[in-house]
Amino acid sequence: MDFVRNFPCISIMLCLFAGIISSGLRGKAAMLVNAALLVTNTVLSACTLAYTLAAGESFVYVMGQFPAPWGNEIRAGVLESLMALFFCIIMLLSLFGGRHKLIEGVEEGKLYLYYVLMDLLLSSLLALVYTNDMFTAYVFVEINTISACGLIMIRQNGRTIEAAVRYMIMSLLGSGMLLLGLCMLYDLTGHLLMSNIKESVAQIVAEGQYTIPLIISIVLMSVGLCIKSALFPFHAWLPDAYGYSTVSSAAVLSSLVSKGYIFLLIKIIYRVIGFEIYRDSRIIDILFVFGLMGMIFGSLSAIRENDIRRMIAFSSVAQIGYIYMGFGMGTEAGMTASVFHILSHAATKSLLFIAAVGLTDVSGRNRQFIELTGAGYRNKWAGAAFTVGSLAMVGVPMFSGFISKLLFSQAAVQNNTKMLPALIVLGISTILNAIYFMKTVIRIYTPVEDTPYPSMTFRNMPLYAVVLVAFIILNVTLGVSSQPVVDMIRQGLAMFA
Amino acid sequence: MSRLKSEEEYRKTPAFRFFRWLSGSKDPYVGKVEMQAQQETVIPEETIIERMRESEMIRDKIYDKTPNRAARMFQRVYVAVAIFFCIALVGVLLLAVSCLPPNGNADNPVNNTVSERYIESGLQETGALNIVSGMILTYRAFDTFGETNVLFIATCCVMILLMLDDAILKREAVSNDRRFEPKNDTILQGVAFILCPVIFIFGIYIILNGHLSPGGGFSGGAIMGSGLILYVAAFGFKKTQRFFDEHIYKIAKITALCMYGLIGTYFYMTGANGMDNHIPLGIPGHILSSGIILPINICVGLEVACTMYAFYALFRRGGL
Repeated sequence: MDFVRNFPCISIMLCLFAGIISSGLRGKAAMLVNAALLVTNTVLSACTLAYTLAAGESFVYVMGQFPAPWGNEIRAGVLESLMALFFCIIMLLSLFGGRHKLIEGVEEGKLYLYYVLMDLLLSSLLALVYTNDMFTAYVFVEINTISACGLIMIRQNGRTIEAAVRYMIMSLLGSGMLLLGLCMLYDLTGHLLMSNIKESVAQIVAEGQYTIPLIISIVLMSVGLCIKSALFPFHAWLPDAYGYSTVSSAAVLSSLVSKGYIFLLIKIIYRVIGFEIYRDSRIIDILFVFGLMGMIFGSLSAIRENDIRRMIAFSSVAQIGYIYMGFGMGTEAGMTASVFHILSHAATKSLLFIAAVGLTDVSGRNRQFIELTGAGYRNKWAGAAFTVGSLAMVGVPMFSGFISKLLFSQAAVQNNTKMLPALIVLGISTILNAIYFMKTVIRIYTPVEDTPYPSMTFRNMPLYAVVLVAFIILNVTLGVSSQPVVDMIRQGLAMFA
Repeated sequence: MSRLKSEEEYRKTPAFRFFRWLSGSKDPYVGKVEMQAQQETVIPEETIIERMRESEMIRDKIYDKTPNRAARMFQRVYVAVAIFFCIALVGVLLLAVSCLPPNGNADNPVNNTVSERYIESGLQETGALNIVSGMILTYRAFDTFGETNVLFIATCCVMILLMLDDAILKREAVSNDRRFEPKNDTILQGVAFILCPVIFIFGIYIILNGHLSPGGGFSGGAIMGSGLILYVAAFGFKKTQRFFDEHIYKIAKITALCMYGLIGTYFYMTGANGMDNHIPLGIPGHILSSGIILPINICVGLEVACTMYAFYALFRRGGL
């Protein structure tokens, strides 16, 4: 066996070890451990990606002495390693970009706990990505939920505590539904391993004896993961959680945590239930409708918002709606578009959060738009980055958002029944996106005479500027040379089946 | 020949104290147990009036929905929809349960090759008489490592919420330690003096016999943690910190988790790469048997005990 096959297991275990050891370190040392961990994991995931691309097939890795239905197992293919690579890069950039706010907003004695939570969050994300076993997935969903709560409330003020409580209630509801669906599925199939469940599910559907509980368990799992990833009617926890937590947490939560759950749902659709059975169960129609509603109502709420961080948070609701709309198409093309949008939204949303904090910093920490007038001149790096992020979100060519919108429309055109609503709502949502993002861009580039606030230059914040440049490069790369990534996604989805 | 004790000497014997206690002439706890009546809280009349006025204002002005018809309407619709939704959910779940395979049927899908192998060859493959231990710690060792980390991360989150700074902790040490409990409660201390060693030994027994009898790291650790909590409740933090302070807590926790992680990594990597793991299974039924289960149980037990104690200490005074 090639040594590269050990890398997924090594990267998950490294995260857990780093978290455990960091709990005995001081803030600074824990930060270094975390940075080293993220760099190592980026390299390991890149190697796995290269290996799976070269091999052209996925591989399973037995965690222990016992083969699959008895022991634990993880599985790595192109899509899994691509996601892992992306998650590591974005987490690294978000943490570096928000570091100054973190040191400012968190009690010094508790800083190390933040990095412990981050390490364990990364481990759970990687495990959700690589897992081939439903119960392993549930265990790491738990770790993910608890660490996300910690990330929200580490900047202690009333708002974040309230947001964390809200997040916890909604998120635990989602976990409970996932567990309930999982139990029913186990009762029907007698397996926890994804590939075995899929065989049994195909058999159940063919025999037609247990169809009702099967459908209900699929619904429970889907709804549970929708709640956790803030699909439209379940998004009430989102604006406070993203709007008031420290900026790295907001970036990581919006671009990684919710995406981890969505990726788990993709895995369930393809590897547990089977794509055809899931499509024929009509659940995707409900996902489609709620996705469309989310695209419009999320944008409308964002337009009404007067606080830049909450506006970006509401924009997440709309973007999650796009992803679920792609699921709802029920075609391979729609799924490819959704997966690409996961990547592009992750790269863009974290950029927007990090850039917004630079803008508010040069406006006396006010988040109201009136105070942000001319902030793009006072902090040129953040202004440029925010503009790039906004253009990407709106879907201007050259940036990542354009490609995902293109893929969504292509997928919509291929689908006869859902073409019209999908295209209309896509158009409306793009206009709404443009309204609130361009409004902000115009606002930050409106010249203002004799401002009381100081400006920021590269010298004040070298790390922050470098991170923003890296984010911009990532975004433009995704937008300009998207074809290899799309090919990888197609190849990865083909490996799932 | 027996010798009559002098009055002085007789007063020192246990017999004298016993008869004194029997006749009720002296209560041994008087003067030793802190017997303080709780201070009565006196609320001045102005405060009460102020509060009443505020609550009336809140009720009348802020939450008054009588002029707002839309809000009243929304409230009613909200309640109706919530009730409808709950009933629908209950109905759907009941429907699902009624369609599930009947409980205890021999040809249920659950009775398949997976559970068959656990039951039939679990003993040979894991060396553990306790099938549950064998299953969670050998077959599915990775899941259990995840569960242990759930406990670890839960402690981290509680620390974020409740941990106080060292300075505040020192300043308020006394008041935090003994805010609600009486100081040096003799009854509690006497009971703890007898029970704590028994609880600890019982916990250790359950942990060490995890592969032989019902129990294991999680249950044994919980028992040891409750023993620690009893000790703290009886004797206070100052005495507990002689053998279990924050430093030792960190060392114990990190060592336990790292050991588990290392054993686990070794087990996964050797297994996945098709190598022998060289950990002898021993003779089933012996205390030193069943390969990795015993050391993992010890690690899990330590971690669980630390977690239980840390929760109690953090909730009680915001530090370990």
